[in-house]
Amino acid sequence: MSHSAPGLNYLNHSKGFKSWALTLDHKRIGIMYMVAVSLAFLAGGILAILVRLELLGPGETIMGPDAYNQSFTLHAVLMVFAFIIPAIPAVMGNFVLPIQLGAKDVAFPRLNLASLYIYLIGAVIAMMALVNGRIDGGWTFYAPYSTSIGNGILFVTAGVFVMGFSSILTGLNFIVTVHKMRAPGLTWNRLPLFIWSIYATSIVQVLATPVIGITVLLLFLEKAFSIGIFDPALGGDPVLFQHFFWFYSHPAVYIMILPAFGVISDLMGTFSRHQVSGYKFVALSSVAIAFLGFLVWGHHMFVSGQSAVSSVVFSLITYLIGIPTGVKVINWVQTMYKGSVQLKSPMLYAIMFLFTFSIGGFTGIILGVLAIDVHLHDTYFVVAHFHYVMMGGNVIAALGGLHYWWPKMFGKMYNETLAKIAAFLVFFGFNLTFFPQFIMGAQGMPRRYYDYLPQYEFYHALSTYGSWVLAAGLFLIMFYMIASLINGKKAGLNPWGALTLEWTHTTTPPDHHNFHDTPVVTRGAYDFHLAKHLFEHGGEVTELDLGGDGSAATPEEAPVPNEPVA
Amino acid sequence: MGENGSVWLPDPGTTLAGEVDSLFWFVFWASTIMFAMVVLAKVYFMVKYKRANESDVPEPVEESKVLEAVWIVVPTILVLIVFTWGFDVFVKLYSAPPDSYEINVRAQQWSWEFSYNEGATSYTELYVPVGRPVKLNMTSADVLHSFFVPAFRVKHDIIPNRYTSVWFQAEEAGEYTIHCTEYCGTQHSGMNATVVAVSEEDFATWIAEQSQDLPPAILGQQVFAQCQACHSVDGSPGIGPTMQGLYGMERPLADGSTVVADEDYLLESIINPMAKIAEGYQPVMPAGFSALSQKQLDGLIAYIKTLE
Repeated sequence: MSHSAPGLNYLNHSKGFKSWALTLDHKRIGIMYMVAVSLAFLAGGILAILVRLELLGPGETIMGPDAYNQSFTLHAVLMVFAFIIPAIPAVMGNFVLPIQLGAKDVAFPRLNLASLYIYLIGAVIAMMALVNGRIDGGWTFYAPYSTSIGNGILFVTAGVFVMGFSSILTGLNFIVTVHKMRAPGLTWNRLPLFIWSIYATSIVQVLATPVIGITVLLLFLEKAFSIGIFDPALGGDPVLFQHFFWFYSHPAVYIMILPAFGVISDLMGTFSRHQVSGYKFVALSSVAIAFLGFLVWGHHMFVSGQSAVSSVVFSLITYLIGIPTGVKVINWVQTMYKGSVQLKSPMLYAIMFLFTFSIGGFTGIILGVLAIDVHLHDTYFVVAHFHYVMMGGNVIAALGGLHYWWPKMFGKMYNETLAKIAAFLVFFGFNLTFFPQFIMGAQGMPRRYYDYLPQYEFYHALSTYGSWVLAAGLFLIMFYMIASLINGKKAGLNPWGALTLEWTHTTTPPDHHNFHDTPVVTRGAYDFHLAKHLFEHGGEVTELDLGGDGSAATPEEAPVPNEPVA
Repeated sequence: MGENGSVWLPDPGTTLAGEVDSLFWFVFWASTIMFAMVVLAKVYFMVKYKRANESDVPEPVEESKVLEAVWIVVPTILVLIVFTWGFDVFVKLYSAPPDSYEINVRAQQWSWEFSYNEGATSYTELYVPVGRPVKLNMTSADVLHSFFVPAFRVKHDIIPNRYTSVWFQAEEAGEYTIHCTEYCGTQHSGMNATVVAVSEEDFATWIAEQSQDLPPAILGQQVFAQCQACHSVDGSPGIGPTMQGLYGMERPLADGSTVVADEDYLLESIINPMAKIAEGYQPVMPAGFSALSQKQLDGLIAYIKTLE
């Protein structure tokens, strides 16, 4: 094994365009994903601001109905397929997962690079819809409306189809990596919960994504060759499309939220310096949710024409999946109990998540009640609910993860004061944007409406003001993160005092090969009480933990570390 | 909070709506209380266990099996209660009484057509008798739509080539908004109508009046309600051209030619809207109007001819 020269790390050990474009390093691939999904988030976010601006008052504010309908559709497609689905797994999963496992890379580094390019190609194909006709109707693309509009839909479906392969290949890669490449001593019970959640997510990605591939392919065939599958005019069944669509898209909700659970678990453990309460429950319930998530798709269709019996069964299973999620929230809160809580900016996002995601969860329970859903279905109540889950869950967790791993990724600290201000703006802006939507939705304001009755103006205006505060917070984050790269303070090895391998066994930023020697793991990811020697000199740990930890624990059932299959 | 309605829910217009609301409030308050407990515990722990000394390393806590069982069992019982309750009301919401008064509903981009058994047809207003169950048999002429009356807490998707239904029994005379809640294109948000609930006697009078043969231009004016989302009758701009002064004019077309807007042109533009596109407009008119009856078409043309 060749040791890198001092001062060299994965960012600077080789230079030039080709060293990035053709890299097999999971860290560089993670960084490139980060740039790509950030651009998607920026574009989707600007569209969201325009959509909210149009809704500031009834009637035309800044754009006509066709422009509005396409704006909210594009916002949704970008945010769901190009941002949220890849955000945590492809960025943080790629960067962090192999290091947390004590591996040199993922199992299939070339496949990993291919995933990135497939994702980029898919995104470009989807964006070509913009110059090839209109795309409206929301990200659900219900037939037969979606096949009655222009050819833009062909590009979007083709793009989603292609991006799906990126998702499948990333999932496959992570599953194999977790099974085969854990460091000696890193047993399943010692795995960081981030790994458990990415592992559960990967299972869903591999099993569910083919279904959206099949669905958009059928939609594509219907549109391109007039084969009757979903369009009643051609002899098809539009409700069938909804079954296919949600068979993927409900599990996809777990693709979006499970990685967030992982990030929050790591943050709660590290910043409470305490074992994550109910570790086994949190770990295994993620896997259980991954499977149960396949059995609840029909709760999106209580009023769509599926049989009443199906609706009843789907409602019941929806509750079964709600309970473990609720217990997880209690576990995260309980982690702080008798812990040592430090409110650094990543932890602020974890705390925020407990608030916003809980609202998303409880309103999900309200929506799961059959008779209530009849009233609330396709209103702003649903819009608010899924933004509390997707943004209040996934995006808030992603921001927490970003603030947590940023020093490791780039070796620079951002401005903590600005970070706290931004966290406050995001929290306040987010709730001001989306909470009023619950109220107007319950009052009966339908979603995907360009225009609305004057009675809803107050709530729409509040929501739009909120979007400005939220945008200010997010742009502030962009500003100080970029600034930190230019003149940020040098980050230490382990500024948060975390116990996972990316903090205890590698340099900041990590070496090109991650580790000079294969780490040997002797304690669980949150066994802070077994690592007291690390904290003797205060909160920030400044030395690697290479010499053993003084505990009597020995590696057990150590899997043999495999070299990357490259 | 008002007497019946509140910040959260509109005034209930049916007895069943009241039942939905009771369920809503139960879940709402149960959720709010549990949410408040989570947030309070969170804030308390944040403050109480704030890191005092940088080298503190707390010992793990023995987890209480009893406590864990409590927060698995209690929420499970609660959700099973709301599931059963929701199931019960759901069945009522979709089980129309056998003696319901039936009205056929045809949805199309971006208008409604309500046909009554007595022969009457209405477009922007759905007349119903108070105190009598009304069942709507709904179908769509083109894409998916959804029938939603917030005050009645009823909603169901409307699907082409298939009947779906909702039922309700208005308790008080009044007007209640109808929304389309399944995205259906450009004017989706304009696809609204009103339930007009009137007494049995007023309903009988109205239906008798409406079921007579109307003069073509009056019938046409009623049918034109389906066109108003896009076409004005007073010269104001819209998605499609105004009808004012259209009849008999030299109409410039998108391909540069012109056509005289006579009866044949009007008929063709209604039943085959893509044949000739007026200059300055997009080819976005739905095709569903070809399903209008000859009488309705005659009426429409007669009405348009009066718009000078």
